[in-house]
Order: sequence, then structure tokens, then C-alpha cells
Amino acid sequence: MLDFPLWKKLWLWGLTAIAALAALPSIALLANQAWPDALPDPTINLGLDLAGGSHLLLEANPQEVRAQRLENMEESVRTAMRQAEPRIRIGDVSTQGGRLSFMLDDASEIDRAREILLPFINGTGMVREWDLTVMDGSRFVLTPTAQGLDAAVDQAMESAVEVVRKRIDELGTREPTIIRQGDNRIVVQVPGLEDPDALKALLGETAQLEFKLVDQNALPADVAQGIVPPGSEIFPYVEDSPFAGQSVAVRRLGGIRGDNLVGAQQSFDENNTPVVTIQFDQQGAARFGTLTSENVNRPFAIILDGKVLSAPNINEPILGGTAQISGSFTVESANRLAISLRSGALPVDLAVIEERTVGPDLGADSIRRGMIAMGIGSLAVVVLMIVTYGRFGIYATVALVFNVLMLLGIMAILNTTLTLPGIAGFVLTIGAAVDANVLINERIREERKRGRRVIAAVENGYKEASRAIYDANVTNFIAGVLLFLFGSGPIRGFAVVLIIGLFTSVFTAVTLTRMWVAGWLRKSRPSDLNV
Amino acid sequence: MRLLKLVPDDTNIPFLKWRVPFFVVSIILIVASWVAVATQGLNYGVDFAGGQEIRATFTESSAAPIPEIRETVGALGYGDPVVQRFGEPNQVSIRVRLPDEVADDKEAADRIAEQITSTLQTNYPDFQLDGRDTVSGKVSGEFRERAVYALLAAMLAVAIYIWVRFEWQFGVGALFALFHDVSLTLGMFALFQIEFSLQIIAAILAIIGYSLNDTIVVYDRIRENLKKYRKMPLPELLDLSVNETLARTVMTSLTLLIALIPLLLFGPASLFGLVAAIVLGLFVGTYSSVYMAAPILLWLKVNSDSFIPRENVADRQERIARGEL
Repeated sequence: MLDFPLWKKLWLWGLTAIAALAALPSIALLANQAWPDALPDPTINLGLDLAGGSHLLLEANPQEVRAQRLENMEESVRTAMRQAEPRIRIGDVSTQGGRLSFMLDDASEIDRAREILLPFINGTGMVREWDLTVMDGSRFVLTPTAQGLDAAVDQAMESAVEVVRKRIDELGTREPTIIRQGDNRIVVQVPGLEDPDALKALLGETAQLEFKLVDQNALPADVAQGIVPPGSEIFPYVEDSPFAGQSVAVRRLGGIRGDNLVGAQQSFDENNTPVVTIQFDQQGAARFGTLTSENVNRPFAIILDGKVLSAPNINEPILGGTAQISGSFTVESANRLAISLRSGALPVDLAVIEERTVGPDLGADSIRRGMIAMGIGSLAVVVLMIVTYGRFGIYATVALVFNVLMLLGIMAILNTTLTLPGIAGFVLTIGAAVDANVLINERIREERKRGRRVIAAVENGYKEASRAIYDANVTNFIAGVLLFLFGSGPIRGFAVVLIIGLFTSVFTAVTLTRMWVAGWLRKSRPSDLNV
Repeated sequence: MRLLKLVPDDTNIPFLKWRVPFFVVSIILIVASWVAVATQGLNYGVDFAGGQEIRATFTESSAAPIPEIRETVGALGYGDPVVQRFGEPNQVSIRVRLPDEVADDKEAADRIAEQITSTLQTNYPDFQLDGRDTVSGKVSGEFRERAVYALLAAMLAVAIYIWVRFEWQFGVGALFALFHDVSLTLGMFALFQIEFSLQIIAAILAIIGYSLNDTIVVYDRIRENLKKYRKMPLPELLDLSVNETLARTVMTSLTLLIALIPLLLFGPASLFGLVAAIVLGLFVGTYSSVYMAAPILLWLKVNSDSFIPRENVADRQERIARGEL
């Protein structure tokens, strides 16, 4: 047990040295010192509660994906039936209960209609997207399948993450972390952000831009009362519009979406009011061109996220693919809309359900206070260990220093994050790491009292104490893992320190001290132990 | 050099003599803790109640205008805010709970957050936002649920481990001691109405680990002594084991304590709750290892047979014949 051949010593020292050296760049980081570029620099990450920054948890509402999907399907069905040769005539399409249902005017065309619908039902992916049933001879009912919906939500979330990333990049922040969490959540972490409200405003805007024709047959009195003419729908004006409080009736179908944009900038119109200039891609330009040429001298509504920005008259066909959006903007809000449109519309509406923001000053102050407290605490532990166990206390102290260094070093190598509770974890590890030394040293005392000779007492001390040390560390490990699973962000940082600290403290407090004690016993062959 | 001995050699304190009164007191404390939790309730922070907490510094003031802030924020109509000093005298934490009627409204917390911050920024030019936590009712509900599961799972998992490594009686003893520690910690938080946050759950999970260290050290010694002194009456053996490990128990609790106290005194204000809970748990946990974990073994009739598995029936009968048992 006390036999340490050279290879073993080299191995133990080598391991200690590597882990301890790996801590140096992180120490420089915590002390706010520059680390030479030429040297390798594994470094811990500082959590947002130490570095300052914002943590946002966004949740999407899958309901909207469903509604959107239903609307798209309705468009597809109508177009397909109209373009069939010869045309298949159908009655009103109902979208009640999340299902699409319509009647064929001529029941004998069932087979042909089914044939046409097949590609839409099966979709492009691996799963069947809709269930088709025919009722009462000629009524088609299309019900979205659960798998199809899940896949759609999943896809929407994937692209939502991309859109969020693009928008945050536009803000010019450094190293944001954007991770999808669970089915319908996105975690956004932006270090060093000064103004979280700007970020939230940017992410809160879905930026679904739509151009829809105004229903000129609708009676203003009806619209004001919320009576919707058939085939139309009603949208209110945005709050800061001069027409705020009023609503516009627009044709439900036949409009176009702002999906096909290649650019959007804030600019000024001839009256020097802020507007957003958008450029369509080829397909979008063609569709926008058709819409405007077919409806010259009629008004169309520019609708953003369900609110009407403005409803200008189409004076002439717009064929160049470039359009101006006016809508009572300030330079700031026009700019924000331009960013949102450039990065694409969010396919789902995102709500901020959790926010944690820490200012950079507070974080730096926490590090400073934490380090001071850790220094005083460690010093107190060291003094107590040395006055209680003498030489063995000194071994424990040296082991403690290596423990802290190795813990930090391993965290750096694994690129883990140090959080504010993580600092408490460090202090806790320092206080608890010497427990192994206390157990061993007390046992050696006891063995000596029972009359064992020096070498046997030390050997027995390590042997008998290791059982309890082992069990205690396993139970702490179990508690640590549950802590990790339970927690998020800062709490995880705490768990990580505690868990890695268990390994490093067993290594330093048991293995390293045994090597040192063995070396000392071999060299000076003491006849008594002052322990 | 004469070394310090915190606990004299060969102590012989009859811990177990007072086991019944101590046990009764512990049971009363456990019950009282749960009564406190049930009647007073825990002072949930935003993590568990939803709403928002703002931490701010009034950079130009020597002390924060706490009563004024309370009035200003209270006037916004989201109930009475909790406004406390947080760290330095010119630093405050302002806590507003989510009104019940908007508990289902995901964005309510976020909306309230912005309104309060902007109101304070307008009213106090030297208002500097240090940090802000906003938690919606949905998320806080999930946190509450997960906290309960994590605590139960941790207690059960470690108890099962002890059962496997020792004997079932030890597992029950450890579980009971942990239940005692967790109950009393919760009771203190209910009694003193200290803010109960995610960090406190983290602290309790850490306590479960460290309180068990003590229990394991005592149990390990009991197991060793059960094998060594087969004929010693159990109460005596338990006393001996606790006394033999007393020096270590005191020393370890002390090292943890002196490491943590500076963090409590000089550490960042945001860590106060976490560290306070661990320090509290340290006292409770040390006590329970001696006065809950050990006596339970007596009542559950632990005996040395459980640790001598290798002896077969024939050997045993032979020993009985020789009059050894």
C-alpha cells in the first residue's frame, strides 16, 4: 500500500501537473489578466451570472403552425381543383375543428379528385400528412395526422432557431448561444448584453408580412361591428397608425406573403418619413407583379403579424420586385422591422417565458467577492489542518492546493461553465476535500494508540478509512448527478463543480498524500508519529 | 510541536442514553416543520412563484429609497412588492409576484417586468439595473414539480445505495436521518420566511450528500465493530462507534463551516441563501447522524450476523456446540 515504484510516481505527478497547468489560463481569466497567445489556452466559460448577459427561454405556440398549415392546404386544394383539366368544381371549404372539408359539385368525379389530392396528402416527407375520408358520397374531409403535425412543428422550430440566430447576429453581439430545448422551446444566451429589451422586442416580432387585397364590397359599418363578409377576414390597424382603432376587411385568399424576400432596409420616402424598402426574389417579384397589375387602382393592405400597417392604393403595376412599406414608423422601428424581414419571418410566435439578466458590473463584483471569501475560507481550513495534524496537515494542505488547481484545470479542459453557485461549489469542495484527510489522520492516531508501529498504523489508517471515503463519495456523486439533472444554468454549474471536485479530491487527498507520506516514511524512518 | 486536539482521546459520552428524549424532540421538530410549511407556507421567490425580481444599484445615493420604491412599484397595481436591501446599502432587490389572474398568460411576467423597469428608470435617474429575473407562471410551476421529484429521487437513491452496501436497517436509518434534515431545513425557511429559490433546492441536495457523509462514517464504524465485538450489547456498541468517530465528525463539520462562513459574510449577496441553507443543514445533518441514524439501528435490531455471510450452517452449528454462540 505504501509502495510507490518510480513509474507510478511519475504517472501521478504527470497527471497532477497537466491538470494543474491547465488551470492557469482560467486563473488569468478570473484575475482579469491577459494570457499569452502563443500558449495553449483551455479556459473555463464564465456563466452569464458572472460574465453578465441575458438568458431567455422562448416558447412557441404550436397552435399557429396548425392554423397556418390548414390555410396553406386550403389554398393548395382550391388551386389544384381549379387547374385540373377539366376543372373540378367544389363548394365552400370549411376549416372548422382543425379539419378541411368540402363537397364536390359532381359526385362522379370522386376518383379524379382523390387522384389529384394524393400528392398533398402524402406530403414530401416520410410520414403521411393528412387523412382523407369521403363522407355522404361527395364530401371530402382532410384531417391532419398527428405525425404530420409533429413533423411540421418540428420543422417550424428548426427554422425558428435559424431565424433567431440571424436576428441576434444582426445585433452584433458576441458568441450568442441558441439551443433548441424540448419540443417547442428555444434557449437564447447572449453574454454581455446591455439592453435585453431590444433583444426581446426583436424576437417578439414574428415578422409575418402579408399583402392582401382590400374587400371593397364590405360595408364600413359591418366591418366596424366585426361582421365578416364571406370570403374575407378583418384585421385591425397597428396601435401607432393614424387609423388606430379601425379595421380593414381583406380578401382571405389570393394575397401573397413576404416569404420571398432577398432584402429589406430602412429608408425614407419622398416626404422624408421612415419606411422599409423590400426586395422580392424572382418568384416573389413575379407574383407581386401579377397581383399589382391585376388590381391597379384598388387598395391592398400591408399586414404585419395580424395588424394592418397601411392600406395604400395600387397606382401602377410594381414589376421591379422592389416595394416600399409605409406605416407610421420611427427610424428605430423601421430598422427593427427591416432586420426582422431580412432574417425571415418566424414560422411560429415566440413568447419569452423566462428571462435572467445580469449586468456585467454585478458579475465582476461577484467574482471578486467570491474569490476573497474563498481565500479566507481556504486559509482558515489550512491553519486548522496544520495545527491539528502537524506534518500530515501540511500534506493535506498541499493536496488541497493541487485539488483546487486540478478541479479548475479539468473544468477548463472539459470546457465547462463556472457559475456563481459554482463558486460556492468550490468553497464547499475545499471544506469537504479535507474530510478524507481527517478520516485517515484520525484513523492513524487511533491505530497508534492501539499500539501499532508507525508503518503499520499509516498503512491501516489509509486502508480502513478508504471504505468510508469510498461510500461517502459515491453517495455524494448520486446527489450531485440528481442536482445536475434537476438544475439548469447556474445550478448545473454548481453540480459540475461538486461532481468533478469529488474525483479530484479523492485523487489529491488520498492518492497524492499517500505517496508523500510513503516517501517521507521511507526516507526518515520515524520511530514515532506526531499526528 | 504539540498538536491541537478538539476532542480529547477516549471520550465515552453516553449518547444513546438520551436517545428516547432526543428522538421524541426530533419527531416533534419534524412535525413542527411540516406544520410551519403547511400554515406559514414557504416564501417562494420568483423561481417558484413566477413574477419578477429586479436587482438595482442607486449609483448616486448612499442608501436606496426603499419605502419610496415600495410605493412607486406598488402603485403599478401588481400587489405589494417585496423591496429589500441586497448587498450594499444602495443596492436593492425588488420582487413582484405574478398576479393570480394572469397565471396562465405566458407573457404577463415579461410585460410586468418591462413596465416596472421603465417606471423606475424614469423616476430615479441614478437607477442602474444590475440584474433581472423574470419567470412566467408556467415555468415556475415546472420548477416546483421538478424540485419535489429531485429531492425525493435523491433521498431514495442514496438510501438504496446504503441498503445495498450495508443492510436494510442502515438504509432505513439513513433515509430517516435525511428526511429529518430536509424537513428541518424546510421548516426553518417557513418559520423565518427566507426567500425560497432554486438555489435553496440545490443547497438541500448538497446537504443530502454531506449529511450522509457523517452517517456513513458512523455506520462504517458500527459495521466494523459489529464484526469485531460480537458479544457487546448493541447500545454499548453504538455508543462506542459514535465516540470513536466523534473527533472526525467534529473536525469535518468544522472545516466545512470555517470554509463557508467567509462566503456567508463577504461573499456575493446572491449566494447568501444558498450558503445559509448549507450551513444550517450542516448542523442539522451532524446531529441527525448521531441521534437519528444510530438509534434507529437499535430499534430495527441490527446484529452482527448480517456481516458474517461466509459462515455456513455446519460451521455455525459446530460453534454453537462449542458454546461460542
